[in-house]
Amino acid sequence: MLLKGENIGFRYGKGPWVLKERDITVESGEIVGIMGPSGCGKTTLGRILAGYEKPHEGRVILNEAPLPKKGYNPVQLVFQHPEKAVNGRWHMKDTLNEGWEPNDEVLEALGIEKAWLKRWPNELSGGELQRFCVARALGLQTRFLVADEMTTMLDAITQAQIWHVVLDVAKKQDIGIIVVSHEKHLINRLCDRVIDLSPVKVS
Amino acid sequence: MSLAAPLKKEKKKLIKPKQIEVQKIMKPVKDIKKLQATIEVQDLSVSFIQYTKGLQQKDLKVISSLNIDIHPGEILAVVGSSGSGKSLLAHAILGILPSNATVTGKITYKGEPLTSKRQEKLRGKEIALVPQSVNYLDPLMRVGKQVRTAVKDGDPIKAQREVFSRYYLKPEVENLFPFQLSGGMARRVLVSTAVVSGAQLIIADEPTPGLDTASVKEALKCFRELADHGAAVMLISHDIETALKIADRIAVFYAGTTVEVAPVEDFKGKGEGLRHPYSKALWGALPQNDFMPIAGFQPLPSALPPGCLFEPRCSMVTPDCSKAQPEARTLRNGMVRCIHAT
Amino acid sequence: MMKVIETTTIKTPYLKLNRRQQTIISIILSASFLLMIILGGIFSSNEKIQTYLEMRNLSPSLQHIFGTDWLGRDMFVRTLKGLTLSLGVGMLASASSVIIAVVLGMAAATMGRKVDTFISWLVDLFLSVPHLVALILIAFALGGGIRGVVLGVTLTHWPSLTRVIRAEVMQLRSSEFVEISRQFGKSSWWIATRHILPHLVPQFFVGLVLLFPHAVLHEAAITFLGFGLSPHQPAIGIILSESMRYLSTGMWWLAFFPGLSLLVMVRAFDILGENLCTLMDPYRGHE
Repeated sequence: MLLKGENIGFRYGKGPWVLKERDITVESGEIVGIMGPSGCGKTTLGRILAGYEKPHEGRVILNEAPLPKKGYNPVQLVFQHPEKAVNGRWHMKDTLNEGWEPNDEVLEALGIEKAWLKRWPNELSGGELQRFCVARALGLQTRFLVADEMTTMLDAITQAQIWHVVLDVAKKQDIGIIVVSHEKHLINRLCDRVIDLSPVKVS
Repeated sequence: MSLAAPLKKEKKKLIKPKQIEVQKIMKPVKDIKKLQATIEVQDLSVSFIQYTKGLQQKDLKVISSLNIDIHPGEILAVVGSSGSGKSLLAHAILGILPSNATVTGKITYKGEPLTSKRQEKLRGKEIALVPQSVNYLDPLMRVGKQVRTAVKDGDPIKAQREVFSRYYLKPEVENLFPFQLSGGMARRVLVSTAVVSGAQLIIADEPTPGLDTASVKEALKCFRELADHGAAVMLISHDIETALKIADRIAVFYAGTTVEVAPVEDFKGKGEGLRHPYSKALWGALPQNDFMPIAGFQPLPSALPPGCLFEPRCSMVTPDCSKAQPEARTLRNGMVRCIHAT
Repeated sequence: MMKVIETTTIKTPYLKLNRRQQTIISIILSASFLLMIILGGIFSSNEKIQTYLEMRNLSPSLQHIFGTDWLGRDMFVRTLKGLTLSLGVGMLASASSVIIAVVLGMAAATMGRKVDTFISWLVDLFLSVPHLVALILIAFALGGGIRGVVLGVTLTHWPSLTRVIRAEVMQLRSSEFVEISRQFGKSSWWIATRHILPHLVPQFFVGLVLLFPHAVLHEAAITFLGFGLSPHQPAIGIILSESMRYLSTGMWWLAFFPGLSLLVMVRAFDILGENLCTLMDPYRGHE
């Protein structure tokens, strides 16, 4: 399976082009890093690939077809701040099971305690919440995962823990991963291939 | 507690921080030790009132017997995962904890107890917080003006221009609004505000996430300069790498207490120089090192183990570990809370 | 050696109750106070508010704790009946305007640009007409009485809250957890009811609490002006307006007690709403 961004261009309102004529291809099971300084459009590219944003130019193609408009999106995105990515008025169990019902194996691997399921998000720390967000995104229908600074806010141990599980599950379910990050060491450690988004030249 | 007590007598004889000359020495750790600590936290505990079910109430201890001290001219990095109590320590020092918190222990600022009255008086003047993001600036006020309002004495305009040129902010910047600043510039503006206020203790809460390498460097340089001018800086971060770049000493937090305080030189190689198994694991888990996680998770405040807080995850565990929380002890120019540490 | 630092954060709870117990006690007290007014108003006999000319203008005593008026009617029972009526009218009117505001606010924020423009236009239209004028017109057109007053108050009080709710929903719609929910293929209806509605609960209660005194006072106002309830109904508005004429003769109790009770009732309602809000909010539940 192939996730492809063809000739992608994007800008906010009438502002300068954040992305222009950008091509990207990711295969199943492949781990691709996107690097670059702040404001180079790496987050935007991730959002476009996951269907959160429509490109103004070009298109995103998954397996020879555009991203599905309805139903479960096979390209899932995990954000940087887990506190914002969960509904503060839901118990953690509901959040976890929103997309699919992760089995105990996944929960255990991620170190999610059964007792946490009954808690409110504001009673857990960022590291614990992010484990839920990762479990939530790794559904059986997920084919690609965009990790947008997924572990930037976490300590090194939790970061390593989460990534080891993600890599494991990705291998098992043949998921392709796009790692958006500015941390050089992390990208070097994880990725098969790195795309450097140097500032866009506008003709 | 036991660590701080013997040192204290010695400190009393020594010079007051006012007399420090502006020094351009990068890491004058040894000189620093002799001065009176700017801030000293002893046996600090913070607990929150929580409701378990219905009307039952429980005291949740989120920080327990925590010790740190920072001397003038020194940067102490506080490193730990989210939920380890780093930010709460900052809030306790500033006196801005929510109303359901109870604080015990001793905080001294320049040798005198820091009471809530004193906190209120010093907050924003002698003790300043450098917050995480531009969102803390007034979005409708030009940044130059905002920095000027923080000036305590002297000519505000002159002070602001001086501090801007010191942090390589062009003169035009003072007329910009916060939304027009880049991440790195915003950070320098925030630091400028702390600088012009003449703060003696600067607490920086996660000043770097989301910044690219160049901006991180810029921001960190600001803090180093502040310290070199005699301020005590507490840098809170979850990221050891950031801390290593500028700190003099690193305090490692775990589950609401300090497990180790180590000079920055000890963080190298395979971490042989480190004292506590948690610090070693943290160091080893970095992507540039082994990227090896350890199993388990930091215990929640509602389910702390009875003995050493790290016992359930520790590889060196023995039956003695679960008996009591290890006392803090001095070890090789640092502090550790582990009975096995050598 | 342990020494408790004196900080602003430590407050010894009075009567050694924890905060949640305090919250619940406040709720019980204010709710039972309101209930007492209602029950008292419904079940107290009409006998005491008949005209007894021999007992005219009595100042407060044990027999008539609020005194009697110029027709010998017991002011306590009149006030009680008046409060019950005001409470009913106020609750009905504020609840229905809050419901209108939630429905329209959600619709404006979720049903596309055309609906949004229309609802915003409607809000502006209602806000551009002075409150009281619109209220009088509506109540008058409906022929006064309880129905007129309730509808009038309802129709004039929804717009400002609608704006607040629209803005809130707009913000929630662009939040990350809603974006994620969409990627799981959840429908707009599912997101609106599961994700967004729970976040509007505080708005709902705050709206109710804020609108209630408005509704009661407006009811009193238009009744006072003669477009509202008929003078035979013992509304607080009528009691107060009648009492004004007798104030100069030194019969202070005619206006003082009914006015004070109105104040206390509004405050009790306020406490009830505030505490319910605290209890239901996961962010504040532990305070």
